[in-house]
This record gives sequence, structure tokens and C-alpha cells, in this order.
Amino acid sequence: MNGLTVNNLSLFYGDAQALDDVSIHVNPGEIVSIIGANGAGKTSLIRTIAGMLQPASGSIRLAEKDITGLPSFTICNLGIAQVAEGRQIFPSLTVLENLRMGALIPRARRTSRETLERIFELYPLLLKRSYQKAGSLSGGEQQMLAIGRCLMGYPELIMFDEPSLGLAPAIIDEVFDTICNLNKQGLSILLVEQNVVTSLKLADRAYVLENGRIVLSGNSDQILHDDRVKKAYIGL
Amino acid sequence: MDSNLTSRRIGLLCLLLVSFLTFGFFLLILPYLVSSYILSIVTIILYFAYVGQAWNLAMGFSGQLSLGHALYIGLGAYTAAALYVHFGIPPLIGLFLSMAISAAAAALIVFLAAHHNVHDVYFALLTIAFAEFTRLFFSHFEWVSGTSGLFLPLSSSDSFDLINLRGSTTMFYYIILTLVIIALSIIYFLMTRRAGYYLLAVREDPLVAQSLGISAFRYKMLSMTLSAAMTSVGGVFLAFYYNTLFPENLFGIHRSVEIILAPIIGGIGTFIGPVIGALALGFLGELMTVIAEFISPNTAGIKEIAYAIILFTVIKFLPGGLWPWISRKTNIFTSKCSK
Amino acid sequence: MPDLALTIDIAISGILTGFVYALMALGLSVIFGVIRVVNFAHGEMMVLAMFASVFLFTYTGLDPLFSIPFVTCIFFAAGYALQRYLIDSFMEREEHEQFILLLAVGMLITNGLLIVFGPEARGINTDYSFDSYVIGPVILEKTKLISSGAASLLSLLLFTFFRFTSTGTAIRACADNPLGAAVVGLNVKRLYGLAFGIGTACVGAAGCLMSLLFDVTPNLGPQLTLLSFTIVIIGGMGNMTGALLGGLLIGLSESLAGLFTSPSMKSMFSFALLIFILVFRPKGLLGK
Repeated sequence: MNGLTVNNLSLFYGDAQALDDVSIHVNPGEIVSIIGANGAGKTSLIRTIAGMLQPASGSIRLAEKDITGLPSFTICNLGIAQVAEGRQIFPSLTVLENLRMGALIPRARRTSRETLERIFELYPLLLKRSYQKAGSLSGGEQQMLAIGRCLMGYPELIMFDEPSLGLAPAIIDEVFDTICNLNKQGLSILLVEQNVVTSLKLADRAYVLENGRIVLSGNSDQILHDDRVKKAYIGL
Repeated sequence: MDSNLTSRRIGLLCLLLVSFLTFGFFLLILPYLVSSYILSIVTIILYFAYVGQAWNLAMGFSGQLSLGHALYIGLGAYTAAALYVHFGIPPLIGLFLSMAISAAAAALIVFLAAHHNVHDVYFALLTIAFAEFTRLFFSHFEWVSGTSGLFLPLSSSDSFDLINLRGSTTMFYYIILTLVIIALSIIYFLMTRRAGYYLLAVREDPLVAQSLGISAFRYKMLSMTLSAAMTSVGGVFLAFYYNTLFPENLFGIHRSVEIILAPIIGGIGTFIGPVIGALALGFLGELMTVIAEFISPNTAGIKEIAYAIILFTVIKFLPGGLWPWISRKTNIFTSKCSK
Repeated sequence: MPDLALTIDIAISGILTGFVYALMALGLSVIFGVIRVVNFAHGEMMVLAMFASVFLFTYTGLDPLFSIPFVTCIFFAAGYALQRYLIDSFMEREEHEQFILLLAVGMLITNGLLIVFGPEARGINTDYSFDSYVIGPVILEKTKLISSGAASLLSLLLFTFFRFTSTGTAIRACADNPLGAAVVGLNVKRLYGLAFGIGTACVGAAGCLMSLLFDVTPNLGPQLTLLSFTIVIIGGMGNMTGALLGGLLIGLSESLAGLFTSPSMKSMFSFALLIFILVFRPKGLLGK
């Protein structure tokens, strides 16, 4: 198990700065939550770690290995996976094909059959729908598929980007239960959520991101009871 | 420091003005300076500049990518030529019908595209399809002799009959020079008027333009019909300059491609870009031909290879075209002139 | 009015030609469907493949059927390289800049061929060129049967590849959602390269087969580009089954139009059809 360390990361879209000197770390087996308003840079941070965006400066390390600027397929193959915002499934592929796509990276190929069985145990519904086009699933089912597809990659760290967005409350609970269970099985989790209270209750530690900067960090209890956080994000 | 910079700019502008006037005078007396071979090359360069500027009006100012402008060349050429051959109507009058027919064809295309939401690639293909359809139609149109071609009666080469467009290269040189000046004036007029800003807004973001109460449709219609009418005059010019009309030659897709080269290379949506592009094309095309003639007598395709290489280089390394790049480098106009 | 047997003859021969058209159009459809780049040099690439086949036949006596593997492999490699090293840097550019890039590629091919081979039409006469089979009142040309058979086999192979192999599925995944593909760790750029390579490989194979049926000149390019677009748009851009049906339909309609009017007018109907589809059914006949 490896920890993830992000040091002094800065990212620009043209002239606009999206991330400004961001440093975070995720220890093995931990759930770390990042909270912040829309446009604070949460998705940018995840995509930069995943290798989909190139940072202007700073470094990203997995254990001792520098992974800054590596292409996304290499980073996936190192065990850093994500459940992206908006789920990003393949709508015209079948459910089974979607899952298979998650296991094409070399690290996952050998175990893909067992992983597939495990995922069907976890979400029997996906088994039932396995030959249906993914685009025909409901929002909640698509989120299950996105999580399942992510697990097919045999990850060690999963970054969740707004997993509860646009889902019914009952399904949101289910998603958070899944995250909790995955963590109990030993996976590290980096969780970006609008749903601040729930995600802080789930997390060990948390960071508050504002306008591309980390303005607050600490144990999630501390953050949850911080006056500024209460005022800005919880509305108390 | 600042005033130094300003005076340098004024100096540069003066230099530009003087060189511009000298260049204008030079163009005016050119037929008396050079051989008729050189003059014919300059005439073709000016033709490219003219039709390029006409195309630029539709693409550069309202974002409509037409890859079928040969349609308007062909319609213009055939209308004026047929009226002349069959009824003896002089092209100077016939060209108004040419413009009307081409504008009507453009209006039909823009109307169909707007009402059935045909845009981007599909719009480009629609324009090609219309041009090709019309090409095949004219190939079977016996009144204008189909594929065997329509020929205009030749005249003595030293005449200067403006009404009937019968005359020497010198006359055609002055005609196309006038046309380029008219085209530049139209573009300049539009760029400095409200309509011009509206057109640019329609190109940049049709939706926002729409929400500001600018009817994208109206301005697309305006720019495309104007562009088509101007292009058809170019067609009339070609017909009476070469005296022969073949559907394949006038409506063919190579004709459409050749029209878009100068503005793309010079800079789409700029005032002077198509002229610069035409100059670059003409110069390098002839240079390549001359070099190739040393190697082999068969030079078919050499000029087009040169065009393709210029096109490729510009699109890869100077995506905005030559003019924006030149004006950036020389820093004469800070942000005003290029798009 | 031509008699019935002749009409049937011509219709069947049109459909057989349509299979080769379809293979060519499938290439365009794959490239557009996956990479969303419009290959304006498609017809020119086709002409290049036809010339390659004619050249191999003339100088080595190789039957076009056997030059397919060579030409296809070279076209695949060239297409892959073209996407990886050239078109990829245009992915974020405006659409018209992509067209123009490919237009320049097409111009280079056409005029390069013009310089090397001259403007004359060239064709292939194999020892079976004039063979035919008579089945009742219907006469089938051997070359058409062979080339349509090979084209349909290759199309089937292509469908199988996309349906059942993991690389094929991964390419479909990229076409569906490139962001999603990057999220699960697919190498999107490599898959785009493969897709373009497969598209040009289709053209390579189709060109070899087409050289059995028609003579080739360097200037044929734009017409074939337009023909491919017509077929692909009739079937729906990016829809592979649509491209197949479109190819057969155009093959049929061209041959019948050639029979009932004059042969030179046959393309007029294709263009009229193209205008009609663009305006009234922009998603193609199979589109929703």
C-alpha cells in the first residue's frame, strides 16, 4: 500500500489559475475529503492527479515514486483510479462491455474474471442488466456501473468526484455505504463532495479548497466544527 | 520611452503610407512596365485576391464555411456568356443577372441550411453538393453546349471594348484591379459599420448574437448573398478573360478549393489577408513552376503541390494566417486590424 | 424502356459494386465516428491505393486480390502515423482548420500522382477480366463477384473486430466518451491512431478491389471523397451499418440511373440524394 502526496501543485487553463500551490496527502487506508464550492478547483485537482491535466509546477508522488506529468493510462496502471464527475460511462456499450473496459490496464487483466464476479455479487443488478446498453440505465444504476468499472481496474486509491450528484437520497446512502465498505477492505479514498456533512462524517481527514487554494486542513471532526466551515458550507 | 515608441509607430505608419502610394502608382502603370506574361500572372493573382475576399465575407465575417463557391463562379460565368452568345446582350448588363442568379442560389442554400439546422461539416458538404449537382446539370444543358463547352467569339487583342468585355490582357488587368479595390472598399465599409460588427458577432457566437437581438439568419443571409454576387462577377471575369466555358472547369471542386486558398493563407476575417495570401500563392506557385521547368518539361501538378505545401505550413504553424502573423511581428497595429 | 433481364443484370452489378463502395465508406465512417475528424482526403487516399494496386499489377503481375495485404498494411501504418503525428495536434483546433489540413494532404496526393504517373487513365486487365457466369437470364461478371465477395468479407471482419475484440470495444468506448476512456486508463491517443489506421486500411483494401472494376486517374480523388461522404451521410455519420447500406443503395441507384438516363448523369442523382438527406434527414436514413 502506498500513500499519495501532492506538493505545491499549480495548474492553469490558459491565463486562468485553477490550482494555486495545493499540497495534500492521502495515507494508505485513509478516507480524505476535499470540500469546496463549485469552481474551487476540486475536479481540476483530481484530473491533475489522474494525469489528465498537466500541472504548471509542483509534484505528485505515489510512495517514493514521482508520477507528475505521467499519462493517465500509466497512472491508472499504478492503482490510482477515479469515479469521475458525471459518471462518464460509455452509453452505447453494454454494461458488461463497460465493465470490461475498466480492466484493460495491465495490472487488472489477470484478475479481471474474479473482480467481475465480485462486482456482480456487490451489485447483482449489473449482472441482470449486463447485456443492456449502459445509456438505458437510471442515474443510480449508472453510478453503480461507474463504481464497478472503476473497481475492475484493481485500484489501491479511488478518487470519487461528486458521487452523489443528481442521485435520489436512498441511492446516495447506498453510494456512501459502498465507499465505507471499500475503505474497510483496505482501499484509500479521496472524496470530493458537495454533501459536506456526510462526507466529513465519513472521512478521517479533510481539506477545504477555495479558489484553487487549500485554506483549511485537519481532522474531519475539527473541520466539521470550524465556524467558517459551518457558515460557508453547512449553513448554520 | 513611451513617446519614443509612439513616434516610431508614426514613422512606421508614414513609411507604410508612402510605400502604399508608391505601390498603388506602380500597379497603375504596371502594364507599361512588364511583359504580357508577367501581367497575366498578376491578373490571376488579383483574381485570387478578389474571389478570396468575396469568400472571406461569408467565412470570415459570419462563419459560414462554403466549400462550393464554384457554384457562383459557374452561374455567373454561364449567365453572362449565354446572354452574350445567344442574345448579344453585353456582359456589362448581363452581369447584373449573373449576380442576381448567384445571390438567389446562395439565398436558397442559406435558407435551407437555417431552416433545417444544417451547420458545420454538413453545411460545407451541402455547398459542395449544390456545386456538383449544378456542374452535372450544366454538363447536360444543351443550350450552353454541355460538356463540349461554350466558346465566346474572339476579338482582336488590342481592342478595349469595356461594354462587351472584349480586349487585351491590359484591359482585364485594369478590370480585376478595379474589382479588388471595390471588394476591399465593401469589406472596409462593412468592418467599420454596424452591420460589420453584427456579422463578426454572428461568427463568434451565433447564440449570444441571437440573444442580443441580432438576427443571425439575416446577417448570414446578407453576407452569403453578397459574397455570392461578388463571386459571380469573378465568374463573368473568368469567362470573358479565357473565352471558353466548360462545366468541369468552372463548377469543379478544384475551383472552390482555389477560391479559399488566398484568404486561408493570408488570414480569414482580415481586411488585407486575402490579398497577401494571393500574392504569396502567386509568387511561390510561379517560382515552383519555373524551378520545375528546369527539371522536366511536364509541370502539371507542380503549382498545386506548392499550394498544398504553403497551405499545410500556414495551417500548421500560423493558424491565423500570414497577415495576423505579420502584423504581430511588425507590431504596427496593436490589436485593431487583425481579427 | 430496357428489358427486365437487363435491368436485373444492371441492378445486381450495381449492388455488387456497392459492396466495394461500402468498404470505402466504412473507412470514412470509422474515422469520423471515433475521432470526429472529417477526412477530406478520403477519395485521394482511395486513388493512391488504386494506383498502388495498378502499379503492383503492371510491374510484378501481382493480382489485386493478393496486393490487398501489402497495401492494407502500408495504409494502416500511414494512417496511424498521420493521426499520431499530424492530426492529433489539430484535435483542439477549429473544424475548418482540420478540413484544410486534410485538403492539403489530398492535394499533395493528387498532384504527386499526377507528377509521377501523368493524367492518363490506368486500369488492370487480369486473365479473368472478361469472364462471366450466366445464371438463367442473368449475367454476372466475375471481377464484380470477386471484388464484392472480398469487400463483404473484409467488412464482416471489421464488424467482428469492433464487436468482439477488446481493442475494438475500446475504440468504440473512445468514440462514445473520450473522457470516460481516459478515466478508465485507456490510451486514447493510441486508440485514435488505430482508428484512423483502420479507416485508411479500409480505403487501401477498397482501392485494390476498385482497381479491378474501374480505371483510375489522379483527378478521381474529389469525386470519390464526395461519393464516400454521400454514402456515409445517407447511412448516418459514424453509423457503420448505415455506411454499409448506404454503399449498396448508392451502387444500386447509380447503376439504375445510368441505365435509365445517360451514364454521365448517374452522379446527379447521388448529389440530389445527398442534398435531400442533408436537409431533411441529417442523421441519415437509419438515424433516430
